[in-house]
Amino acid sequence: MRAYLDHAATTPMRSEAVAAMLPFLTDRFGNPSGGHGAARDARTALDDAREVVAAALAVDPGDVVFTSGGTEADNLAVFGALGAGDRPIGTIVCTAMEHHAVLNACRAASIHFGLDLREVPSDAAGVVDLDRLAEACTAEVSLVSVMAVNNEIGTIQPLDEVAALVHAQSPDAVVHTDGVQVVPWLDPAKQCQAADLTAISAHKFGGTKGVGALIARSGVPLAPLLHGGGQERERRSGTPDVAGIVAMAEALRLTGDQRAETVARVAALRDRLLDGLIDQVDGAVATAEGSATVAGIAHLRVPGVESEALLVLLDQAGVAASAGASCSSGAVEPSHVLLAMGLTREEAASGIRFSLGHATTAEEIDLALAAVPEAVSQLRN
Amino acid sequence: MSGGVDSSVAAAILADELGRANVVGATLKLWGGSSDSGCCSVADVDDARRVADQLGLVHHVFNFADDFEARVVAPYVHGHAEGRTPNPCIECNRHLKFDRLLDRAMALGFDAVATGHHARRAVTTDGRFRLRRGADDLKDQSYVLSMLGQDQLARCSFPVGDLTKAEVRAQAARLGLRTADKPDSQDVCFIRSDEGRRGFLGDRLPLHPGRLVDHETGADLGPVDDLELVTVGQRRGMGHGTDGRRRYVTSVDLTARRVRVGPPEAANAPGVGLHTVTWVDEVWPDGAAAIAQCSAHGVPVGCELVRDGDGLAVRFDEAQRRIAPGQTVALYDPARPELVIGSGIVR
Repeated sequence: MRAYLDHAATTPMRSEAVAAMLPFLTDRFGNPSGGHGAARDARTALDDAREVVAAALAVDPGDVVFTSGGTEADNLAVFGALGAGDRPIGTIVCTAMEHHAVLNACRAASIHFGLDLREVPSDAAGVVDLDRLAEACTAEVSLVSVMAVNNEIGTIQPLDEVAALVHAQSPDAVVHTDGVQVVPWLDPAKQCQAADLTAISAHKFGGTKGVGALIARSGVPLAPLLHGGGQERERRSGTPDVAGIVAMAEALRLTGDQRAETVARVAALRDRLLDGLIDQVDGAVATAEGSATVAGIAHLRVPGVESEALLVLLDQAGVAASAGASCSSGAVEPSHVLLAMGLTREEAASGIRFSLGHATTAEEIDLALAAVPEAVSQLRN
Repeated sequence: MSGGVDSSVAAAILADELGRANVVGATLKLWGGSSDSGCCSVADVDDARRVADQLGLVHHVFNFADDFEARVVAPYVHGHAEGRTPNPCIECNRHLKFDRLLDRAMALGFDAVATGHHARRAVTTDGRFRLRRGADDLKDQSYVLSMLGQDQLARCSFPVGDLTKAEVRAQAARLGLRTADKPDSQDVCFIRSDEGRRGFLGDRLPLHPGRLVDHETGADLGPVDDLELVTVGQRRGMGHGTDGRRRYVTSVDLTARRVRVGPPEAANAPGVGLHTVTWVDEVWPDGAAAIAQCSAHGVPVGCELVRDGDGLAVRFDEAQRRIAPGQTVALYDPARPELVIGSGIVR
């Protein structure tokens, strides 16, 4: 018996998505840029997939730019928005709890374009501090990036309020949102509607790794990161991964169709897990207590226990969970998200995330509810 | 598993002896800064992980960077600011590998931590632990483990201690391990070879100019740069006396910004005082004869142990080159000179 509770890192592919992509790995292998039958066939599949993605986000198909995943989509948003056109550009604003795909892209862009970067902290409940955001959003700001759902603690960010604030105070600013954790749990057409740019990633909702999209709502110009044959309307050159894109569209469609039912079921499992752990583990606290979170993420802190050690014992017990962010060596770094919430490094080192998926079972939750208290008690003795 | 050949072979030996299911590989991420010679570059972690994969071992990376900074790097920098030259390898062994990692291993339910050090652990008939030099004279690392006591030795093991380095490499080659021909690590792991000690310390503390003075007369002998980098016993950069002989540093006074230098005989001292004294097992008595080794591969010399308040003084049988404060002296048993008996840090 194993419990895979790391869906925010990646999800197993939906079998329907695997089935949908297989023909494009075999017989239907054409390059959509060509003019012959095989190419037209691939082109049709790509256009169909683009329409599915556009419908899910409530945008025009032309607003969808397929990328190699969430990281590329975030980088394209930041560098593409700042690098497009000849208008003067000013300060960059993002939250300090962004995924590194945004945070480090903003830091690199700030150096590349010679712009100030303001990193806005979160409040103690893991939601962007709107007062501090209001201070940061001055008239010369060109780009504001606020994630839709935090990937570590699951908090839903108030994007509508953020966008209204930005439009009022920074009229020239483009609003980008990292929507990578949205799709399984919230309707992206609603949650991300206020953003000019939205990044999504297929493997977070049952698609393949290495596929994602940037949604650029009409009128937002983007300078390409990759130069070449001019695919994706000159915004992203390179032969698209037709098979992966087809799988993403199928996974996105299924996820949307089943979302209401999935959320209700998974939220109940998540609540049972989180409440059970807080009940059984002395001193355990829910990190996002009091904030709205997505159904799939349970993040808690276990005082006096280093999550790095806890994860080893849970792994031995067959429970896959995570903590912080992994660096290139595979070591766990103290979570910048928890630090942005004002926690100490020691507190941050005691944080652990269990993230559920649409196929998570009650038995997996039972296993975690048995394994975690036992592991904590071993570490505390 | 540092990603080097010694710990790779240590892991292979243990996997063979205990079974793969009873051994896990662990690599410590200690240093967040840039490094090219150390044990925490991504390439070294890759080597460790791939060797573990090849041996069929689960592999973990433990991030002890905060403790490494607090226990090893910061004291190294502060030490230089105060005229001491700490040995970071010894402090890393004391605080990280044989304390933090041991604690982590115990908490995870393991019995012991094994490393690739060239040293040997022995058990006496009455269950006491002994620390012996490694079988390879040239690669012996008992000096950097000399601070271990019974508590640590009870829970550690050195699987390659019985092998020579050549045998370790041969075994790695026989097993097809990717680390078989990897060069030995050199110097301080967190200092890049292109920046050196001066570059590293210069970024972290102000380096001051000072004056060279004669060790006896106090006569001014000219300027000297980067006082904080000058160590007792140093010859390089100190020039020659009026008699044409090389000059040696006999003491460094950072407050007065003076470096005392003298001829070779002044560079020697009859003894040295130690603090942070540790014993492998029983405390050796006042007046006992012992053998002292004052650097990782220094020549062992005869000495007498003299109780000195909380600390210990070592009186050499023959005067020895002065040792910089902060350095470690490892002590060995004169009756069985391969046995470590204790250690201390030079006052």
